[in-house]
Amino acid sequence: MQPATDAAPRPAGRGASSVDLRMRVQRFGLPAAMVLLMAALTVLSPSFLTVGNLLNVTRQVSINAIMAAGMTFVILTGGIDLSVGSVLAIAGAVLAGVLKGGAPLAVALLAGLAVGTGFGAVNGIAVAYGNVAPFIATLATLTIARGLTLVYTDGRPISDLGAAFSWLGTGDAAGIPVPAIITLLVFAAATIMLTQMVVGRYIYAIGGNEEATRLSGVGVRRYKILAYAISGFLSAVAAVILTSRLDSAQPTAGLGYELDAIAAVVLGGTTLAGGEGTMAGTLLGAFLIGILNNGLNLLNVSSFYQQVVKGLVILLAVLLDQKLRGRR
Amino acid sequence: MYRQVVASTIVAALALTLGLSGALAAPKFTVGLSISTLNNPFFVDLRDGAQAAAAKAGVMLVILDAQNDPAKQASSIEDLIAKKVNLVVINPTDSDAIVPTVKKLNAAKIPVITVDRGASGGDIVAHIASDNVAGGVMAAEYVGKRLNGKGTVIMLEGIAGTSAARDRGKGFRDGLKKYPGITLAASQTADFDRAKGLQVMENILQAQKKIDAVFAQNDEMALGAVQAIGAAKRDKETFVVGFDAIADALKAVQEGKLAATVAQQPREMGRLAVEAAAKALGGQKLPKFTPVPLKLVTK
Repeated sequence: MQPATDAAPRPAGRGASSVDLRMRVQRFGLPAAMVLLMAALTVLSPSFLTVGNLLNVTRQVSINAIMAAGMTFVILTGGIDLSVGSVLAIAGAVLAGVLKGGAPLAVALLAGLAVGTGFGAVNGIAVAYGNVAPFIATLATLTIARGLTLVYTDGRPISDLGAAFSWLGTGDAAGIPVPAIITLLVFAAATIMLTQMVVGRYIYAIGGNEEATRLSGVGVRRYKILAYAISGFLSAVAAVILTSRLDSAQPTAGLGYELDAIAAVVLGGTTLAGGEGTMAGTLLGAFLIGILNNGLNLLNVSSFYQQVVKGLVILLAVLLDQKLRGRR
Repeated sequence: MYRQVVASTIVAALALTLGLSGALAAPKFTVGLSISTLNNPFFVDLRDGAQAAAAKAGVMLVILDAQNDPAKQASSIEDLIAKKVNLVVINPTDSDAIVPTVKKLNAAKIPVITVDRGASGGDIVAHIASDNVAGGVMAAEYVGKRLNGKGTVIMLEGIAGTSAARDRGKGFRDGLKKYPGITLAASQTADFDRAKGLQVMENILQAQKKIDAVFAQNDEMALGAVQAIGAAKRDKETFVVGFDAIADALKAVQEGKLAATVAQQPREMGRLAVEAAAKALGGQKLPKFTPVPLKLVTK
């Protein structure tokens, strides 16, 4: 990845939005890759470009997209959150456990979301106040959350969660799948936070140059904790959808999901060094991965080749993106 | 410490065997049985099957629980070598980690039989495990008969490269050869995972306008597929067959959501292991691999 060239802090004012504008103009690469992929799939499979399948893709993409939105906040601060898959598992398990225990749906949802946010906040506190490297801090919570999930569920799935709950993952409103609506709301809120609110400017600034941001009087620690808490919260939102779709909380849910989330963020043009990236890019990145998975299934590609193809497409998309952005 | 545990286990087992067998002759041979973990109902059933067979086969069984710890398994088997047992039946915690221990047993001229999981090296008299290929064939037979030999079938595969995925897939494909009217329209991996099973099945439902049956190489994927088919409101046109008979799947079979699941028989596995041990000690030659029959669970 390229170094963070916009190292100067941009705590407020027009500086941040002009950078956003420049990034938007440069961001042709990923949409181009996406159009190419979709065109290829449309030619290869008659089932691809149908309303039913596209709605199906949005339903499937929602889980990774929502987690990737949270991951974007963290990566923008220059951090990383490896714990998202495990946090999803524990949030889903608590949600299902509370629901099975006879609590009303709202209480169960709140419990799950609180657990996710709590784990995120713990990550943030370890990073911000404990000065633990984000990779290590979130690796530790990855293990802890997975272990607690196994303890809580006794290694068994918690199933049969009722019709009202299953609407969240499988239902639709006005023909649009509920998970897709939740995804849209998440991305709209996240975009507003990052581009229209002071919080967003500080988050970009921390990733751009943490020391300078601190020296200009910003409470860096608070905003870091916020970024990780948002990531935990959104992992729990993803847990709601996944648990509802399966009608079951799985002790092994979310294994390896952190890699898909990180891939979506990086494909979307956010630099791992922090300080640069957009929510729209992340959403596109998540869709690229989702469409690829969908296409490989539609075309009945052998499972041995699937992994090769996936890796190649991701590599090509990033290369194309770099090329169109005029970087070596 | 271990020795004391082993010693007291032997004494207890001896007392119990003598007490139970009563008029029967005292067992001629002592056989060690090292189980990967007794914290899993599957292996508890395996032990029960072995214990029940031991009295009849005329062997005294010394059972050791490795608690899923390869180091604990290695040291407890060293204790069995010191005790000069006649044969050791191992259900390895790990196929690779058990190899040095098997070699030690070979050096001590104590024959080794493996159950459920195999050992990657050393000399093994016999290996006793479920026949995943036969399980796949069994699923294909069920699908073939229920569809009267005509239709479109989908397979959900396990993690690419694992022996269970390979064998179950081979069995299913081989089994379908008897039914030329049935086409395997798609075979896609869902990594033995319920969420992936759901997602992959959703995609396949988009691609395939008509699906008569789905075979998933484990129950987790099968239950994911059941969710996908239900959400697409296509549960009238198709049925799903799983593998493993996990608790959720057995419940789904009872509720009619899952058509069938292929079950392993751990008790049978334990019994066959002890019988093989008795035969080996009696000087009989054993086949290298003894498949344990599977059974199809339907409503």
